[in-house]
Amino acid sequence: MIRTPSQTVGPFYAIGLCRRAENELVHGGIPLTGSLLDGEGEPVTDGLIEVWDPVDRRWGRSGTDSDGVFSFVVAKPRARGADAPHLLVFVFARGLLRHQLTRIYFPDEREANTADPVLSSLEELDRTRLVAEHDDGGLRFDIHLQGELETIFFST
Amino acid sequence: MISDVVLRDDPTFGPEVQIDYPGYRSTRLRVPTRPLVPSPEELHSLEGPVFGDELVEPGDGDLTAQHAGEPLGERIVVGGRVLDENGRPAPGALVEVWQANAAGRYRHEVDRHPAPLDPNFSGAGRVLTDDEGNYRFVTIKPGAYPWGNHENAWRPAHIHFSVFGRAFTQRLVTQMYFPGDPLFAYDPIFNSVRDPKARALLVASFDLATTEPDRALAYRWDIILRATPFEDGP
Repeated sequence: MIRTPSQTVGPFYAIGLCRRAENELVHGGIPLTGSLLDGEGEPVTDGLIEVWDPVDRRWGRSGTDSDGVFSFVVAKPRARGADAPHLLVFVFARGLLRHQLTRIYFPDEREANTADPVLSSLEELDRTRLVAEHDDGGLRFDIHLQGELETIFFST
Repeated sequence: MISDVVLRDDPTFGPEVQIDYPGYRSTRLRVPTRPLVPSPEELHSLEGPVFGDELVEPGDGDLTAQHAGEPLGERIVVGGRVLDENGRPAPGALVEVWQANAAGRYRHEVDRHPAPLDPNFSGAGRVLTDDEGNYRFVTIKPGAYPWGNHENAWRPAHIHFSVFGRAFTQRLVTQMYFPGDPLFAYDPIFNSVRDPKARALLVASFDLATTEPDRALAYRWDIILRATPFEDGP
């Protein structure tokens, strides 16, 4: 059978997908915030971000606000095999006919990040873009859909 | 010119949308331009989130029964199965929907279409599929509505669907359309699926067998997710 094609989430997804707060992967974890930005560096105010911790199987989602900001409460996943701890991130938005996949690594895991098979396969500049920054007691990870700072996106 | 908005069919795309479809203007500043980095093979065997019954509240499957009165519009049943490419049903899949009301207006602050809101219609629902992968919503048929993509642009009537299968990579957000819509030929979002066979999968079928006599017409729409490496199904 042919699989059902993807279509954009559109600008009005919040009435269906943001009816309740689902952005805490754990209670009392680390705040993770960031901005979703378009090719002109303008905030994407109708984006939807989903975060998945593949090791501890924790999930959350956050719409972007009027400043293009998403926010989560996360915990660092346990290490598994050669992989440095990381979160998988889906990005949905008006204008994205299919969602995009990226990864967030943790800034306090220098050694594990250096050894991580995915990170180490990338150019240095690209590698640093997938590592969140410390920010005011939490973590910050901006997602650039296009432009000089375009985020690294992965195949699904 | 509509020929600038809608490209000719191209079956080589298969089930994939053309992500940078030029006729859909919002793609221009938002679609990533660099090639995707290949994910490690194990991505395909990752399981996604599991949702339990606690996520679905009574009435979440009936969008006509969420207010004191009934919404205006043509009452319909929308149902079908969630399957994978090998025909295996996906039980316990979370299926979420959202849609415009019968007049083509969303209950969302950003929607400026000057059509009336319906105090008896929120336009959102969610259900879990049963053991055979079946889902079912009762709702009203959404209206078409204009949008700013190009001159005199109108979206064909559609219901937005979000589906979580068992595997992480089965995640799907899409739109269900109604058969025979005269707006199909003019809509860049619908036509961003350039293979006509794959595009047909976005269109529900009228289903007399599941209509409710004297009450509601019915449409059937199966959702086919990517195959998974799990031996016991999606």
